[in-house]
Amino acid sequence: MTHLDSEITTLKNELGYMWELVNSQLDKTVQSLTAFDKDLALEVQEHEKRVNAIEINIDKACEDFIALYQPVATDLRFVLSTLKINNNLERIADIACGIAEFISDVDTGFNPDILEHMSALHMLSLSVEMVKDLKEAHQHENTALARTIFKRDKVLDSINDKASNLAMDCLDRFPDQRKHTLHVLSIIRKIERIGDQSKNIAEEIIFYLDAKVIKHKKKKKE
Amino acid sequence: MVPKIITRNVDLYYSSFQALKNVSIEIPEKSVTALIGPSGCGKSTFLRLFNRMNDLIDKVKISGEILIDDRSIYKIRSSEIDNLRRKVGMVFQKPNPFPKSIFENVAYGLRVNGINDSQLIANQVERSLKNAALWEEVKDKLKKSAFELSGGQQQRLCIARALAVEPDIILMDEPASALDPISTAKIEELIFDLKKDYTILIVTHNMQQAARVSDYTGFFLNGELIEFNETKMIFTNPKNSKTESYITGRFG
Repeated sequence: MTHLDSEITTLKNELGYMWELVNSQLDKTVQSLTAFDKDLALEVQEHEKRVNAIEINIDKACEDFIALYQPVATDLRFVLSTLKINNNLERIADIACGIAEFISDVDTGFNPDILEHMSALHMLSLSVEMVKDLKEAHQHENTALARTIFKRDKVLDSINDKASNLAMDCLDRFPDQRKHTLHVLSIIRKIERIGDQSKNIAEEIIFYLDAKVIKHKKKKKE
Repeated sequence: MVPKIITRNVDLYYSSFQALKNVSIEIPEKSVTALIGPSGCGKSTFLRLFNRMNDLIDKVKISGEILIDDRSIYKIRSSEIDNLRRKVGMVFQKPNPFPKSIFENVAYGLRVNGINDSQLIANQVERSLKNAALWEEVKDKLKKSAFELSGGQQQRLCIARALAVEPDIILMDEPASALDPISTAKIEELIFDLKKDYTILIVTHNMQQAARVSDYTGFFLNGELIEFNETKMIFTNPKNSKTESYITGRFG
């Protein structure tokens, strides 16, 4: 292995570690929402600082890599995509932290009927799977898997689009739990942003591996 | 894109050794083209095709077409070769000023071409030194020996000497590899400025230099032109895996 390759492996491992941590933050968020575990929600908020610290470390490692190795072609695309994916992952961790704050803010567990009616848990679990599959796609250089994210993001968008009307139903049906309904609506908005960040990561994986820029491109009308 | 130089199916042999294999390329005018590749890949041999410097080597055999401005430079009369070399200037790896004054180094090409008008020569020397970004540094010591200049200044003097006879094409064979980073930066700036008036071909082992100064890059390997494309494409998304291996340092 060349010196350059070993630096790339180190950077990849650091990004993999960041990804693991973000996945763990998401898993804990799901668990704390389903089991109404406020301690776990607090843990997610505490660990956010750790994610931020790793983000800065990876940014610095990328800067060093560019300055010292002056990468080109696939190596350049790798480091550029690592910078962006690192930032996207940090944003996802921010979102998990935001959801955890909503969990901490209520006194009793969220009404399961509200969660069910607005598809919040389903949506959260879809988004968590997306982030995990992206890690798999990045690690095993699988752009086909990365490309599945775009359709899956549309499912999240569609749940998000319907959320306002469903929230109004819940406000009528559960007038004593308006705070729950409004928090669940906010959680859904946040999950939708996990989908957006996942889409960005998928685009970066395709850029890195296939040298194709697909962001901001709309499908041509047939 | 108007091609200034065209080669079609060029083969070159040094005795039985084939140094260039079926090389076809179109080099746009008023642009910088970098030729990269490992030592012995044929890039310098390729460069020397265009001023017919390979002719000076024993047992060289060249076939294929080599055109400058649509005219085959290997079908011209021997008497026209000097004219070709006036049109195609060359700068070498090591600065090679003549043992003369700074002024006479630049004036040399004009004098051997029969120009005697001292005012015309003085004007042309000043213009060439200005174009080579050297005038401000030497204008007060034009009569001093060229050997009193630093390596970087000597290399710019050699470029001024090449410019004095008003070539169309400038060939540069690793022009900055013997220079320090400051002199290298000056040469690179100069190359960037010169391309508005000249077609420049530069052989370099410095990949970052090729990326910085050139518009087009050709990658040679074992006498073959593996890939030729816009420099941006070569250094971001090369099409050939051999090019990718070479520029990312994973060759061999």
